[in-house]
Amino acid sequence: MALSRTEVESRVASVLEEALGVDADEITPEATLINDLGAESIDFLDISFQLEKAFEDECSPETPFKIEQGELFPENVLNDPELVEDGRLTDNGMSLLKEKMPHVDFSDFESDRSVGKIPELFTVKTLVDFCERKLALCAA
Amino acid sequence: MWIDAIIGFEPEKRLVAVKNVSLSEDHIHDHFPATEDASAMPLMPNSLIVEGMAQTAGILVGSVNGFQEKVVLAKITRALIDHDVVPGRTIRYDATLDRIDAAGAATTGLIEMCDHATGDWSRIGQIDLVFSHIDNNMAGMEFPEHNFVFSENFRTILKSAGLDGLWTGS
Repeated sequence: MALSRTEVESRVASVLEEALGVDADEITPEATLINDLGAESIDFLDISFQLEKAFEDECSPETPFKIEQGELFPENVLNDPELVEDGRLTDNGMSLLKEKMPHVDFSDFESDRSVGKIPELFTVKTLVDFCERKLALCAA
Repeated sequence: MWIDAIIGFEPEKRLVAVKNVSLSEDHIHDHFPATEDASAMPLMPNSLIVEGMAQTAGILVGSVNGFQEKVVLAKITRALIDHDVVPGRTIRYDATLDRIDAAGAATTGLIEMCDHATGDWSRIGQIDLVFSHIDNNMAGMEFPEHNFVFSENFRTILKSAGLDGLWTGS
Protein backbone atom coordinates (compact mmCIF):
# COMPACT_ATOMS: atom_id res chain seq x y z
CA MET A 1 0.00 0.00 0.00
CA ALA A 2 1.36 3.46 -0.95
CA LEU A 3 2.58 5.68 1.86
CA SER A 4 0.50 8.75 2.69
CA ARG A 5 1.98 12.21 2.15
CA THR A 6 1.97 12.65 5.92
CA GLU A 7 4.04 9.52 6.43
CA VAL A 8 6.53 10.56 3.74
CA GLU A 9 6.82 14.01 5.36
CA SER A 10 7.40 12.41 8.75
CA ARG A 11 10.19 10.17 7.49
CA VAL A 12 11.85 13.01 5.57
CA ALA A 13 11.69 15.19 8.69
CA SER A 14 13.34 12.47 10.79
CA VAL A 15 16.15 12.16 8.24
CA LEU A 16 16.73 15.92 8.19
CA GLU A 17 16.72 16.13 12.01
CA GLU A 18 19.34 13.39 12.16
CA ALA A 19 21.51 14.53 9.22
CA LEU A 20 21.47 18.27 9.90
CA GLY A 21 21.14 18.31 13.68
CA VAL A 22 18.14 20.65 13.56
CA ASP A 23 15.05 20.71 15.77
CA ALA A 24 11.76 19.32 14.49
CA ASP A 25 10.07 22.73 14.63
CA GLU A 26 12.63 24.15 12.17
CA ILE A 27 11.56 21.67 9.51
CA THR A 28 8.70 23.43 7.72
CA PRO A 29 7.67 22.82 4.10
CA GLU A 30 9.06 26.21 3.04
CA ALA A 31 12.37 25.86 4.89
CA THR A 32 15.32 25.74 2.47
CA LEU A 33 17.79 22.94 3.09
CA ILE A 34 20.87 25.10 2.58
CA ASN A 35 20.00 28.60 3.77
CA ASP A 36 17.52 27.77 6.57
CA LEU A 37 18.62 24.33 7.75
CA GLY A 38 22.34 24.77 7.14
CA ALA A 39 22.93 21.81 4.80
CA GLU A 40 26.35 21.64 3.16
CA SER A 41 27.36 19.64 0.08
CA ILE A 42 28.49 16.60 2.05
CA ASP A 43 25.18 16.57 3.92
CA PHE A 44 23.42 15.73 0.64
CA LEU A 45 25.34 12.45 0.48
CA ASP A 46 24.37 11.66 4.07
CA ILE A 47 20.73 12.66 3.39
CA SER A 48 20.66 10.45 0.26
CA PHE A 49 21.90 7.42 2.21
CA GLN A 50 19.45 8.01 5.06
CA LEU A 51 16.48 8.51 2.71
CA GLU A 52 17.36 5.25 0.94
CA LYS A 53 17.37 3.51 4.31
CA ALA A 54 14.12 5.20 5.40
CA PHE A 55 12.21 4.06 2.31
CA GLU A 56 13.96 0.87 1.22
CA ASP A 57 11.25 -1.39 2.64
CA GLU A 58 8.63 0.32 0.46
CA CYS A 59 10.30 -0.88 -2.74
CA SER A 60 11.30 -4.24 -4.16
CA PRO A 61 14.92 -5.32 -4.78
CA GLU A 62 14.15 -5.21 -8.51
CA THR A 63 13.11 -1.53 -8.33
CA PRO A 64 14.94 -0.19 -5.28
CA PHE A 65 14.61 3.27 -3.75
CA LYS A 66 18.00 4.42 -5.02
CA ILE A 67 19.16 8.02 -5.26
CA GLU A 68 21.77 8.47 -7.99
CA GLN A 69 24.68 10.88 -7.67
CA GLY A 70 23.61 14.41 -8.50
CA GLU A 71 19.92 13.54 -8.36
CA LEU A 72 19.33 15.34 -5.08
CA PHE A 73 21.58 18.34 -5.66
CA PRO A 74 23.05 19.19 -9.09
CA GLU A 75 26.60 19.84 -7.99
CA ASN A 76 28.09 18.53 -11.22
CA VAL A 77 25.86 20.79 -13.31
CA LEU A 78 26.76 23.91 -11.36
CA ASN A 79 30.49 23.31 -11.75
CA ASP A 80 30.34 22.69 -15.51
CA PRO A 81 31.61 25.71 -17.52
CA GLU A 82 29.52 24.51 -20.48
CA LEU A 83 26.34 24.91 -18.48
CA VAL A 84 27.06 28.06 -16.45
CA GLU A 85 28.18 31.39 -17.88
CA ASP A 86 28.82 34.57 -15.90
CA GLY A 87 27.12 33.08 -12.89
CA ARG A 88 23.93 32.16 -14.77
CA LEU A 89 22.70 28.91 -16.25
CA THR A 90 22.83 28.70 -20.03
CA ASP A 91 19.93 27.29 -22.05
CA ASN A 92 21.65 23.89 -21.98
CA GLY A 93 22.21 24.19 -18.25
CA MET A 94 18.56 25.05 -17.67
CA SER A 95 17.37 22.12 -19.82
CA LEU A 96 19.67 19.68 -18.06
CA LEU A 97 18.61 20.87 -14.63
CA LYS A 98 14.91 20.44 -15.49
CA GLU A 99 15.60 16.99 -16.88
CA LYS A 100 17.59 15.87 -13.81
CA MET A 101 15.19 17.39 -11.30
CA PRO A 102 11.57 17.05 -12.47
CA HIS A 103 10.37 17.42 -8.88
CA VAL A 104 11.53 21.07 -8.66
CA ASP A 105 9.44 24.08 -9.74
CA PHE A 106 11.75 26.29 -11.81
CA SER A 107 9.08 28.73 -13.05
CA ASP A 108 10.18 31.65 -10.85
CA PHE A 109 13.85 30.84 -11.19
CA GLU A 110 13.85 30.74 -15.01
CA SER A 111 13.71 34.51 -15.48
CA ASP A 112 16.86 35.01 -13.38
CA ARG A 113 18.87 31.74 -13.71
CA SER A 114 21.45 33.03 -11.23
CA VAL A 115 23.46 30.14 -9.80
CA GLY A 116 23.46 31.92 -6.44
CA LYS A 117 19.67 31.54 -6.22
CA ILE A 118 19.63 27.77 -6.81
CA PRO A 119 19.92 26.89 -3.10
CA GLU A 120 16.56 28.63 -2.56
CA LEU A 121 14.88 26.02 -4.76
CA PHE A 122 15.68 23.16 -2.41
CA THR A 123 13.06 23.21 0.28
CA VAL A 124 11.71 20.52 2.57
CA LYS A 125 8.62 20.39 0.31
CA THR A 126 10.89 19.79 -2.71
CA LEU A 127 12.49 16.87 -0.89
CA VAL A 128 9.12 15.37 0.07
CA ASP A 129 7.93 15.74 -3.56
CA PHE A 130 11.15 14.02 -4.69
CA CYS A 131 10.59 11.08 -2.35
CA GLU A 132 6.93 10.71 -3.34
CA ARG A 133 7.93 10.67 -7.00
CA LYS A 134 10.57 7.99 -6.42
CA LEU A 135 8.17 5.90 -4.35
CA ALA A 136 5.59 6.07 -7.15
CA LEU A 137 8.22 4.91 -9.66
CA CYS A 138 9.46 2.01 -7.57
CA ALA A 139 5.92 0.86 -6.85
CA ALA A 140 5.01 0.88 -10.55
CA MET B 1 48.22 4.42 12.01
CA TRP B 2 45.76 4.36 14.86
CA ILE B 3 44.92 0.67 14.57
CA ASP B 4 47.42 -2.14 15.22
CA ALA B 5 45.84 -5.11 13.47
CA ILE B 6 42.80 -6.34 11.58
CA ILE B 7 41.28 -9.32 13.35
CA GLY B 8 38.08 -9.87 11.38
CA PHE B 9 36.88 -9.28 7.84
CA GLU B 10 33.72 -10.10 5.93
CA PRO B 11 33.96 -8.73 2.36
CA GLU B 12 31.65 -5.78 1.64
CA LYS B 13 30.13 -6.19 5.07
CA ARG B 14 32.27 -5.86 8.18
CA LEU B 15 35.81 -5.24 9.39
CA VAL B 16 37.16 -5.52 12.95
CA ALA B 17 40.45 -4.00 14.10
CA VAL B 18 42.23 -3.54 17.42
CA LYS B 19 44.42 -0.90 19.00
CA ASN B 20 46.53 -1.54 22.09
CA VAL B 21 46.89 1.59 24.21
CA SER B 22 50.37 1.83 25.70
CA LEU B 23 52.13 4.07 28.19
CA SER B 24 55.08 4.09 25.81
CA GLU B 25 53.18 6.17 23.21
CA ASP B 26 54.36 9.80 23.21
CA HIS B 27 50.96 11.39 22.82
CA ILE B 28 49.62 9.67 25.94
CA HIS B 29 51.95 11.69 28.13
CA ASP B 30 50.51 14.93 26.79
CA HIS B 31 46.93 13.85 27.42
CA PHE B 32 46.86 14.75 30.20
CA PRO B 33 50.22 15.84 31.65
CA ALA B 34 50.80 16.55 35.33
CA THR B 35 50.08 20.07 36.59
CA GLU B 36 50.97 21.84 39.81
CA ASP B 37 47.70 20.69 41.32
CA ALA B 38 47.18 17.27 39.77
CA SER B 39 49.16 14.22 38.83
CA ALA B 40 49.34 13.04 35.22
CA MET B 41 46.24 11.32 33.85
CA PRO B 42 47.17 9.54 30.65
CA LEU B 43 44.14 8.77 28.49
CA MET B 44 43.64 7.77 24.87
CA PRO B 45 42.32 10.97 23.25
CA ASN B 46 38.76 10.58 21.96
CA SER B 47 39.79 12.29 18.72
CA LEU B 48 42.21 9.42 18.07
CA ILE B 49 39.55 6.86 18.91
CA VAL B 50 37.44 8.49 16.18
CA GLU B 51 40.45 8.32 13.86
CA GLY B 52 40.90 4.62 14.67
CA MET B 53 37.31 3.96 13.69
CA ALA B 54 37.75 6.08 10.56
CA GLN B 55 40.74 3.97 9.53
CA THR B 56 38.91 0.72 10.27
CA ALA B 57 35.79 1.74 8.36
CA GLY B 58 37.85 3.41 5.65
CA ILE B 59 39.70 0.17 4.94
CA LEU B 60 36.38 -1.67 4.77
CA VAL B 61 35.01 0.89 2.28
CA GLY B 62 38.24 0.94 0.25
CA SER B 63 38.37 -2.84 0.04
CA VAL B 64 35.09 -2.95 -1.89
CA ASN B 65 36.83 -1.48 -4.97
CA GLY B 66 40.29 -2.96 -4.41
CA PHE B 67 41.55 0.33 -2.93
CA GLN B 68 41.33 2.04 -6.31
CA GLU B 69 38.93 4.72 -5.07
CA LYS B 70 40.25 7.66 -3.03
CA VAL B 71 38.14 7.23 0.10
CA VAL B 72 38.16 10.16 2.50
CA LEU B 73 36.23 10.76 5.69
CA ALA B 74 33.53 13.32 4.89
CA LYS B 75 31.26 13.44 7.91
CA ILE B 76 31.03 12.09 11.45
CA THR B 77 27.30 11.49 11.79
CA ARG B 78 27.50 10.13 15.32
CA ALA B 79 30.34 9.89 17.86
CA LEU B 80 29.45 8.62 21.31
CA ILE B 81 32.28 7.55 23.61
CA ASP B 82 31.23 7.10 27.20
CA HIS B 83 34.25 5.54 28.86
CA ASP B 84 37.85 6.70 29.21
CA VAL B 85 40.51 4.38 27.82
CA VAL B 86 43.65 4.22 29.96
CA PRO B 87 46.99 2.62 29.03
CA GLY B 88 46.97 -1.15 29.22
CA ARG B 89 43.55 -1.49 27.61
CA THR B 90 42.78 -2.75 24.10
CA ILE B 91 40.24 -1.01 21.90
CA ARG B 92 38.26 -3.03 19.37
CA TYR B 93 36.67 -1.24 16.38
CA ASP B 94 33.84 -3.16 14.73
CA ALA B 95 32.76 -1.38 11.51
CA THR B 96 29.78 -2.39 9.40
CA LEU B 97 29.13 -1.15 5.87
CA ASP B 98 25.61 0.28 5.62
CA ARG B 99 25.62 1.67 2.09
CA ILE B 100 28.07 2.21 -0.74
CA ASP B 101 27.82 3.63 -4.24
CA ALA B 102 29.89 5.65 -6.69
CA ALA B 103 29.61 8.81 -4.57
CA GLY B 104 30.65 7.34 -1.23
CA ALA B 105 29.67 5.13 1.67
CA ALA B 106 28.08 5.12 5.12
CA THR B 107 29.28 2.94 8.03
CA THR B 108 28.18 2.12 11.55
CA GLY B 109 30.84 1.37 14.16
CA LEU B 110 30.86 -0.14 17.62
CA ILE B 111 33.75 0.46 20.00
CA GLU B 112 34.62 -2.04 22.71
CA MET B 113 37.36 -2.07 25.30
CA CYS B 114 39.13 -4.97 26.96
CA ASP B 115 40.30 -4.75 30.54
CA HIS B 116 43.06 -7.38 30.61
CA ALA B 117 42.86 -7.66 34.37
CA THR B 118 39.53 -9.41 33.95
CA GLY B 119 39.57 -10.33 30.25
CA ASP B 120 36.15 -8.75 29.85
CA TRP B 121 35.12 -6.78 26.78
CA SER B 122 32.65 -3.95 27.28
CA ARG B 123 30.96 -1.66 24.81
CA ILE B 124 32.15 1.94 25.26
CA GLY B 125 30.76 3.78 22.28
CA GLN B 126 29.48 4.10 18.75
CA ILE B 127 30.87 6.06 15.80
CA ASP B 128 28.95 6.36 12.51
CA LEU B 129 30.66 7.85 9.48
CA VAL B 130 30.11 9.00 5.88
CA PHE B 131 32.95 8.63 3.37
CA SER B 132 33.32 10.29 0.00
CA HIS B 133 34.86 8.81 -3.15
CA ILE B 134 36.44 12.14 -3.99
CA ASP B 135 37.29 11.41 -7.61
CA ASN B 136 33.56 11.00 -8.25
CA ASN B 137 32.21 13.45 -5.77
CA MET B 138 34.13 16.73 -6.04
CA ALA B 139 33.16 18.12 -9.42
CA GLY B 140 35.63 20.57 -10.88
CA MET B 141 38.50 19.54 -8.61
CA GLU B 142 41.40 17.40 -9.76
CA PHE B 143 43.33 15.04 -7.54
CA PRO B 144 46.64 13.23 -8.10
CA GLU B 145 46.17 10.08 -10.09
CA HIS B 146 47.86 7.82 -7.55
CA ASN B 147 45.86 6.84 -4.51
CA PHE B 148 47.34 9.05 -1.80
CA VAL B 149 44.74 7.87 0.73
CA PHE B 150 45.84 4.26 1.15
CA SER B 151 49.53 4.55 1.97
CA GLU B 152 52.14 1.88 2.63
CA ASN B 153 51.08 1.76 6.29
CA PHE B 154 47.65 0.58 5.26
CA ARG B 155 49.18 -2.12 3.06
CA THR B 156 51.28 -3.31 5.99
CA ILE B 157 48.15 -3.71 8.09
CA LEU B 158 46.47 -5.63 5.25
CA LYS B 159 49.50 -7.90 4.76
CA SER B 160 49.68 -8.70 8.48
CA ALA B 161 46.07 -9.85 8.31
CA GLY B 162 46.65 -11.87 5.15
CA LEU B 163 44.42 -9.50 3.20
CA ASP B 164 46.93 -8.01 0.76
CA GLY B 165 45.12 -9.85 -2.04
CA LEU B 166 42.33 -7.27 -1.73
CA TRP B 167 44.67 -4.66 -3.25
CA THR B 168 44.09 -4.62 -6.99
CA GLY B 169 46.26 -1.63 -7.89
CA SER B 170 49.99 -1.19 -8.27
